[in-house]
Amino acid sequence: MRVLVTGASGFLGRAVADRISSAGHEVRTFQRRSSGLPGIEDVHGSITTAADIPYAGLAYAVSGMDAVVHLAAKVSLTGDPAEFEAVNVGGTRTVLQASQDAGVSRFVYVSSPSVAHAGSSIAGSDALPASPEHARGDYARTKARAELLALAADASGFSVVAVRPHLVWGPGDTQLIDRIVDRARRGRLPLLGHGAALIDTTYIDNAASAIHAALDAAVSVHGQSYVITNGEPRPVAELLAGICGAAGVAAPGWRVPASAARVAGSVIETIWRRRPGGDQPPMTRFLAEQLSTAHWFDQRRTRADLNWTPAVSLDEGFERLAAHYRSAR
Amino acid sequence: MVGPRRLPVATSVPAALPPTGLSGLDAGWSRLIDVEENGTAGGVTHGWHLLDNGPQLDALGVIPVGTILCVHGNPTWSYLWRRLLSEARDAAQSGAPAWRVIAVDQLDMGFSARTGVFRPLARRVQDLGDLTDALELAGPVITFGHDWGGVVSLGWAVDHPELLTGIMLLNTAVHQSVSDKIPGPLRLALGRGILGPATVATPAFLATTLALAHPPLSTEVKRGYHAPYLTSDRRGGIGGFVADIPVALTHESRPELDRIAETVRSLAVPTLLLWGPRDPIFSDRYLDDLVERMPHAHVHRFEGAGHLIAEDADYAATALLWLGDAVADSESAASETATEGPTAAWQAVGTHPLWHYLDTLKDSDETALVDMQPAPRTVSWRLLSRRVRQIAAGLVHIGVGPGDRVSLLVPPSADLTAVLYACVRIGAIVVVADAGLGLAGLTRAVRGARPDFVIGAAPGLMAARALGWPGRKISVARFPAPMARLLGIEHTLAELIDLGQARLAAGDELPVEPVPADPAAVLFTSGSTGPAKGVVYTHGQLSAVSRALFLQYGVGVGTGLVAGFAPFALLGPALGARSVTPDMDVTAPKTLTATAVAAAVAAIDATVVFLSPAALVNVVATADALTPADHAALAGVQRFLSAGAPISESLLAEAAHLMPGATAHTPYGMTEGLLMADITLGGIRAAAESLSDTANPAGGVCVGGSTATTRIRISALDASGASVGDLSEEPDVTGEIVVSAPHVKDHYDRLWLTERASRRSAVAGERWHRTGDVGHLDSAGRLWVEGRMPHIIVTAAGVTTPVGPEQRIENLPDVFRAAFVGVGPLGTQQQVAVIETVPPARRVHRAAEPLAAAVRAAVGSPVAAVLVVSGLPTDIRHNSKIDRSRLSRWATGILAGGRWTKP
Repeated sequence: MRVLVTGASGFLGRAVADRISSAGHEVRTFQRRSSGLPGIEDVHGSITTAADIPYAGLAYAVSGMDAVVHLAAKVSLTGDPAEFEAVNVGGTRTVLQASQDAGVSRFVYVSSPSVAHAGSSIAGSDALPASPEHARGDYARTKARAELLALAADASGFSVVAVRPHLVWGPGDTQLIDRIVDRARRGRLPLLGHGAALIDTTYIDNAASAIHAALDAAVSVHGQSYVITNGEPRPVAELLAGICGAAGVAAPGWRVPASAARVAGSVIETIWRRRPGGDQPPMTRFLAEQLSTAHWFDQRRTRADLNWTPAVSLDEGFERLAAHYRSAR
Repeated sequence: MVGPRRLPVATSVPAALPPTGLSGLDAGWSRLIDVEENGTAGGVTHGWHLLDNGPQLDALGVIPVGTILCVHGNPTWSYLWRRLLSEARDAAQSGAPAWRVIAVDQLDMGFSARTGVFRPLARRVQDLGDLTDALELAGPVITFGHDWGGVVSLGWAVDHPELLTGIMLLNTAVHQSVSDKIPGPLRLALGRGILGPATVATPAFLATTLALAHPPLSTEVKRGYHAPYLTSDRRGGIGGFVADIPVALTHESRPELDRIAETVRSLAVPTLLLWGPRDPIFSDRYLDDLVERMPHAHVHRFEGAGHLIAEDADYAATALLWLGDAVADSESAASETATEGPTAAWQAVGTHPLWHYLDTLKDSDETALVDMQPAPRTVSWRLLSRRVRQIAAGLVHIGVGPGDRVSLLVPPSADLTAVLYACVRIGAIVVVADAGLGLAGLTRAVRGARPDFVIGAAPGLMAARALGWPGRKISVARFPAPMARLLGIEHTLAELIDLGQARLAAGDELPVEPVPADPAAVLFTSGSTGPAKGVVYTHGQLSAVSRALFLQYGVGVGTGLVAGFAPFALLGPALGARSVTPDMDVTAPKTLTATAVAAAVAAIDATVVFLSPAALVNVVATADALTPADHAALAGVQRFLSAGAPISESLLAEAAHLMPGATAHTPYGMTEGLLMADITLGGIRAAAESLSDTANPAGGVCVGGSTATTRIRISALDASGASVGDLSEEPDVTGEIVVSAPHVKDHYDRLWLTERASRRSAVAGERWHRTGDVGHLDSAGRLWVEGRMPHIIVTAAGVTTPVGPEQRIENLPDVFRAAFVGVGPLGTQQQVAVIETVPPARRVHRAAEPLAAAVRAAVGSPVAAVLVVSGLPTDIRHNSKIDRSRLSRWATGILAGGRWTKP
């Protein structure tokens, strides 16, 4: 198969492109920066600009492709709502259109469990329909709308699957892992509540293999959404301790009541919005909820339909992360 | 006529269809029909509204197997039955037998016409007959009534025997004794100046009734009930119904009520009574009255449900289930009535009746009993036998008859033994509820068991008085007269003995002996898995328990038995053994000392000792106080038994050390089936050694092989954890443990649904009891218990049973006790370990990393979280059965990020 992966300069996108390429498929990538992967054709461009720039635009990137894995998105806890809208909704619409125009037959939309999340705890439920009305924050809201757009485009000869990996982490992750480790090192990482909320995560290799599996299964499971996790929920404090332990820094030793963190998160979020740019805020309401309520999922349908099981266990993941930090030292 | 004059003048309003959009109501069920009033001159017709799923069944092309005629009470309407209509429709759609359900709105009620005429009971019974005539209703018909609709439906039933094939009732009453007080709420509503305002002018009576639901009704459902009664001119019927309650003998409706109440005695059709005990109007005494009139009725009391049982419990599914059974049973004749005399009947079953040795040893001066409290007191067989006969004659004289229930609130003692055997000899049913249920559980149990008499010591009688337990009170001790009056004591045991002695001297004979099929006792489950359930044993089954004790442990004539475990202790005289109750506070078995056991052994040269695990803990702990003489006495013990709950090998070994000549046993059983399997200390050790080479990795507690007269089978689990497999002896297959023995219980008391679920029909004529335990048999035929069925964990990887992982966790040096539970939806649950540490934790917390890692390594399959608590919740009776269901709910909250509470 010839497969276009959008957003391959990101942590997950690069792993996905690598995985699909390693499986023997011909992979091309499309994003603003280089994917840095050897033996893969990078096309540089943006999904928010016109698609038809000769030899550079999306239309060129998708030409001749059998399948598209669309990861490119604005992933952030705060930011300009218009930008979320333009990248996540507008960009997805553009990629869908270009794919259909190019005669692509499989389309994997990489989404997020937050598209169906209203802020309460999730304990063992399967993927619910994306709901922009209930999703919290601009990121989740726009991803929800984009997922609905993608699934609406599902048609005979154009098989669309949505996959929602939950909290992807692993060596080289700058979004989640590095921030946790950095804050823990500076003593700025509190536990929210008692740290007992069960949270399921996805080790990077498992997320990549699941997306690959969705690509393979697209024709038989088109029109569906799947949450992807390791299937190993743990109390959030144990996860943070595992990550910190791998990085050789002290795990969080102080705690903030979850309710206080939510309020503080809202306040900080508001201030940050008026003072844009720079780093992410240290806490948002969304993040406070994510880290103080249960988030784990029923993986039976995902595993059966995609004929996939995660190959790397949580503990194996922590060991690989530790090896990564050791070699980086 | 008392009522109508006190009510506002009623006006006529025609029948109408209900508004659309009422919650749970299908507009397609509603129909209106004009019905001519029979027996009234001038061709008076009234419009009826009724719900009828007949057209839907026609549309489905199915032919109904019969019609359920539903009659609501006051102040509801046919809306009450909406779930029956929908479930009957769903059943028909799924291909199950189709029942036509017709639920009427009585005239002046619901959306039927307001007739402007007061309608007493006889008129209402006639009205319903007029309606079914107009509907040309053909049989078979099952009536189903609630509240005063129950009376009207029974009135219809007695008038239409040619159509009637069954009766179902929700909380109702057919009889109001003039001497009994009528229910308080109704008394209030009938008060002068109250009736009209309470029932008609305001919706107060309706609102009060709806507030009786447990849990409270949703706003939508309340709206549904209010819909036909929004204005006072529509509420005339509510007041009329209340006014029609025949409080006095002179009441207009009294003759009709009495006619119905007496005629139902002649109805032999299958009958189902579904009851909500939390009903301030129709309390359990009305259920007792109904059962007395229709003794063949099946009864299910929904614990926690009340007057609005139709809202509180799944009455509809239960009713349809019962109807399915009733149809199936109607082919098989249900006559098991023994016509033979007691002697022949006992010969046929091959066991002795419980009083056998009291007869054969009645002239023996050998010791039958020794009471260690307050001072050792020896009772010979001659005295015990005489005493039992005297008490029996005394009980008969004060009116205790066969089938009457006698609650025994007496600590184990010679008194208790004598009273117990006197009761069973005259065919009274003894109710044995122990303090191990806790006061609330005991109250629920005693009330539910509805004793006619209570025989108690001071604490029991005081509790009975304070908590309003029913039954005439008899005291084993004498009280000063004012105290006796205060406690409502009618007789003392000494009086009964004197009375009985006089009656026997005057030539009275004891009544004819009960036969094996007669009920003998109600025991109670420990309540570790929901409210304690009453378990009914027949005489034949109780005598089979003593037979099993004889076969298993050789307890028989001449054996000296230390009876420190209640159910077995009471059977000493039935076995011909001499028994002694050690000096202990039975409400706190932990108070039994090693010295007290030694003294009891010495008192009767005991060779067999029965103890409870909780008592055993303290016996071992107090062993240092034993004197050489005590040790010598204990050395004569040949067998000892720890019964009632699982026990660790180490505790059993320590106890065995105190009785070096004894074989240590621990039996497996439950209130429903005492003594199903048995294992010795040596057997436990052998099993532990063979654990490594067992083919079933689930582990569990080895409880040994089945006892002599018991058969044990396994019903394998499906992927969802349900025990659906055929009964099998195949080794190493995990499933529900199912047992059959002559000494398994007869049935659960007034829990038809529970009883049905506990039965496992395999071979016709055999009784198989689902234990609710999960486990497997090994290739040597030994049973391994892996936990309770409701505690099974079903992860995406399959079924996990809790005991194996708990044992592996408990092997860790830092762990005292562990519970292994699931959180999340069945089928995708996560496994969670909840542990008590050594030393105990002071507060709830997540296990530190090294302990969590050790637990995970010990379990071997994924464990989402390890939580440490200061104490695991256990049952009161044994302090050993962990309430894993409660722990699971607790852990679900904690692990969702909820409040950090104690379990």
